[in-house]
Amino acid sequence: MSNNSQNGKSGIFKDGGCNGKCLETLGNGVVKTNPIVYQVLGICSALAVTGRVETALVMGGALIFVLAMSNLMVSLLRSFMPRRIRMITEVAIIATFVILFDQFLKAFYWDMSKQLGPYVALIITNCIVMGRTEAFASQNPPFLSIIDGAANGIGYAIILALIAVVRELIGSGTILGHVVLSTKWYQPNLLFILAPGAFFTLGLLIWVINAVNPSRQTEDEK
Amino acid sequence: MNPTPILVIFIGSIFTNNILLASFLGMCSFLVCSNKIDTAVGLGSAVTFVMAFTTVINYLIYHYLLVPLHIEFLSYIIFIAVIAAFVQFVEMFVERFSPKLYYALGIFLPLITVNCAILGASLFMVIRKYNLIQSVFFGLGAGIGWALAISLLAGLREKMGYSNVPAPLRGPGIAMLVTGVIAMAFMGFAGMLSL
Repeated sequence: MSNNSQNGKSGIFKDGGCNGKCLETLGNGVVKTNPIVYQVLGICSALAVTGRVETALVMGGALIFVLAMSNLMVSLLRSFMPRRIRMITEVAIIATFVILFDQFLKAFYWDMSKQLGPYVALIITNCIVMGRTEAFASQNPPFLSIIDGAANGIGYAIILALIAVVRELIGSGTILGHVVLSTKWYQPNLLFILAPGAFFTLGLLIWVINAVNPSRQTEDEK
Repeated sequence: MNPTPILVIFIGSIFTNNILLASFLGMCSFLVCSNKIDTAVGLGSAVTFVMAFTTVINYLIYHYLLVPLHIEFLSYIIFIAVIAAFVQFVEMFVERFSPKLYYALGIFLPLITVNCAILGASLFMVIRKYNLIQSVFFGLGAGIGWALAISLLAGLREKMGYSNVPAPLRGPGIAMLVTGVIAMAFMGFAGMLSL
């Protein structure tokens, strides 16, 4: 809470500083309001790219970049954006950063780009990105918005990596391509690589986290 | 050019390569709007309608505008703009000419703009190199497949209201597990044909 008074003098920090909320924002995004587990947002890609740990990590990186950068841009533009065209402006900003990342992948990591297929482009309609720019960046200063974006991206990436580790380990006995469970004595369970395994793994993960931490469960349960 | 016959594309996009159960697209509205069968069927038909048309419009724009100008990298932003504009247009059109249909579908239309299944269908159309006729049937089939999946889950969730689900699993948790079982059932079609 003290860094506000220390940085209060310089203009950029008075307007754009995080007013002692840096750690709080970071913690909220990564743990307390984790976008996948507690808000159940952005699960399309969480299911689709988690067959292997490698793709899951790249996807996590993509989301951290897109979310932090579009949060920054929306936050910088927040006082100039007319309310009525707010949504379409946000979509255009997000799409721009997604195209940047996609072109980068295509230029330097062609194989990875092929494997991720349409899912990088689908970050545009990922509810997490729309949700954070709309709910947070359009009302908060730029620096805090970057932190919020990065924090939610990291929270997303961690869950993606967790699901991917489970699926790759059970599904093919490897992690990041290294053999962990030898096929001499382990029969890989292909179901976990296929679509149903993704649903089961995420469902069980939500179950475990809610069981460990029941107070965080959403209210709309029925 | 993709040599797959159109009937295979149509049936395949409904059953074997269901856009929701095999490609995981449109999960957000799938989980939120699947508590009642009526809502699910309404949203499903709206998605089918929009998907069939936007896939074709995006096909024409991609092949007759973006490719000749060599600006394919802009396709994402153009596709999403086309979808948003189309949804807006349909909303105005339906409101003007068929108020009854507007009350049935109207509330779902704004939700559709951010439904990743719609954008996903257009992206698959480009990646799989479909021609115009194939795109028509792919868009229609993918929409029907999505509507089928959400209606199935809504039916099961209505029944599940009477069962005793463990507290931590209620809500999204059990929905994911049930979807997993539906996805397994749909895998039974896999030997039939593939895209």
